[in-house]
Amino acid sequence: MKFSEEFRDKELVRDIAGKLKQLGVAPATIMEVCGTHTMAAARFGLKELLPPPVRLVSGPGCPVCVTAQEDLDGYLALGEQPGIVLASFGDMLRVPGTNTSLEKQRAKGAAVKVVYSPLDAVDLAKQEPEKHVVFFGVGFETTMPATAVAIQVAAADQVENFSVFCVHKTMPEALKALLSGGEVKVSGLLCPGHVTTIIGAAAYEFIPRDFGIPCAVTGFEPLDLLLGIESILRQLSRGEAKVENVYTRAVPAQPNPRAQALLNEVFAPADARWRGLGVIPGSGVTIREKYQEFDARRRFAPILAQVPPPPPSACRCGDILRGVMRPQECPLFDKVCTPSQPVGPCMVSSEGACAAVYRYGRE
Amino acid sequence: MCLAIPMRIIEIEGFTGVADVDGVSRKVRLDLLPEVNLGDYILVHAGLAIARLDAEEAEETLSLLRKLADEI
Repeated sequence: MKFSEEFRDKELVRDIAGKLKQLGVAPATIMEVCGTHTMAAARFGLKELLPPPVRLVSGPGCPVCVTAQEDLDGYLALGEQPGIVLASFGDMLRVPGTNTSLEKQRAKGAAVKVVYSPLDAVDLAKQEPEKHVVFFGVGFETTMPATAVAIQVAAADQVENFSVFCVHKTMPEALKALLSGGEVKVSGLLCPGHVTTIIGAAAYEFIPRDFGIPCAVTGFEPLDLLLGIESILRQLSRGEAKVENVYTRAVPAQPNPRAQALLNEVFAPADARWRGLGVIPGSGVTIREKYQEFDARRRFAPILAQVPPPPPSACRCGDILRGVMRPQECPLFDKVCTPSQPVGPCMVSSEGACAAVYRYGRE
Repeated sequence: MCLAIPMRIIEIEGFTGVADVDGVSRKVRLDLLPEVNLGDYILVHAGLAIARLDAEEAEETLSLLRKLADEI
């Protein structure tokens, strides 16, 4: 068992997809909440395999895409300061801020480093004690524990020239806001498998209870995705709505207590601003006072206060992230906005809904 | 961004370890999973092991999938 190729068995994919097509299901719109699901579904050609009345719509789970322009502009402004090194996941590099991007800053000589882990950013700070390294803390609950460990390591090793520009976000609150808005009509949700390893499947129970929408906690291989779709279609056909975990090899019945304790130790819940969704109460975190020296927003507050608010943009990423517009319906799509000249983050991120449709087809 | 790779633990030293996939190995933090053993498969995300993979559950899912292919 290697936990990967077994779940890509082409014959099994074809057989199950064939059976699903014969089911005679009613029209349904299933939202894949997670950006990694968006890309996996596009890459594996899942849309072709679904029964025709079932369509997939992308949700707000691409962290690069939902990072607010204000936050990105703030982080970019720090890069203009002498002695500051910006350390970011590679996904953020090409996302256009109002005036520049990390990639453009780097081309002009600013210190921008791509890291694979926030712990690499701590190592970078240790190697360059005369500089101050600011890690861009982007991502959902999957990524938050790694940032929390990095902060704890920096505290234990007394790394004083490291801080985190924290824009981490939490998934359940965003889903609640999205569904409460009533704009988007979804019949079922594929819930993000890796976020759920941290927060546990019970975190979604309000969705069937309050909105009557079936959920399936789903993995990322083709067979996982089919299993998630099957779970939702079966629940719909029986008139049921519950949270079904079809990714049991990774997601146990109970959330990881150590992850919960770690997150609670380092972060406190806070309101967060989402691109396209606005400020959602309780949908983000701040770094607790105990670790305030590692909080870049606090440390550099006077600089950040000078950053002007972004002007309005014609980019419709916000509508796409809420699932109310499809990428190809955006007037900019494939005209002025392409992966090589992206206007918004949904076209930049490898997991963005626009990039997925651009690369893998228009349905 | 929530991509996490199944890797096999080949070294453990306290809260750090080394994990391997197809001959590529890298350092991982094990803070969330102190109970892992050598040879276990874990999911690695941004340098941190976020979950231990359960072989029995994986087999069960595969047999459920085979049943679906036959039955529905």
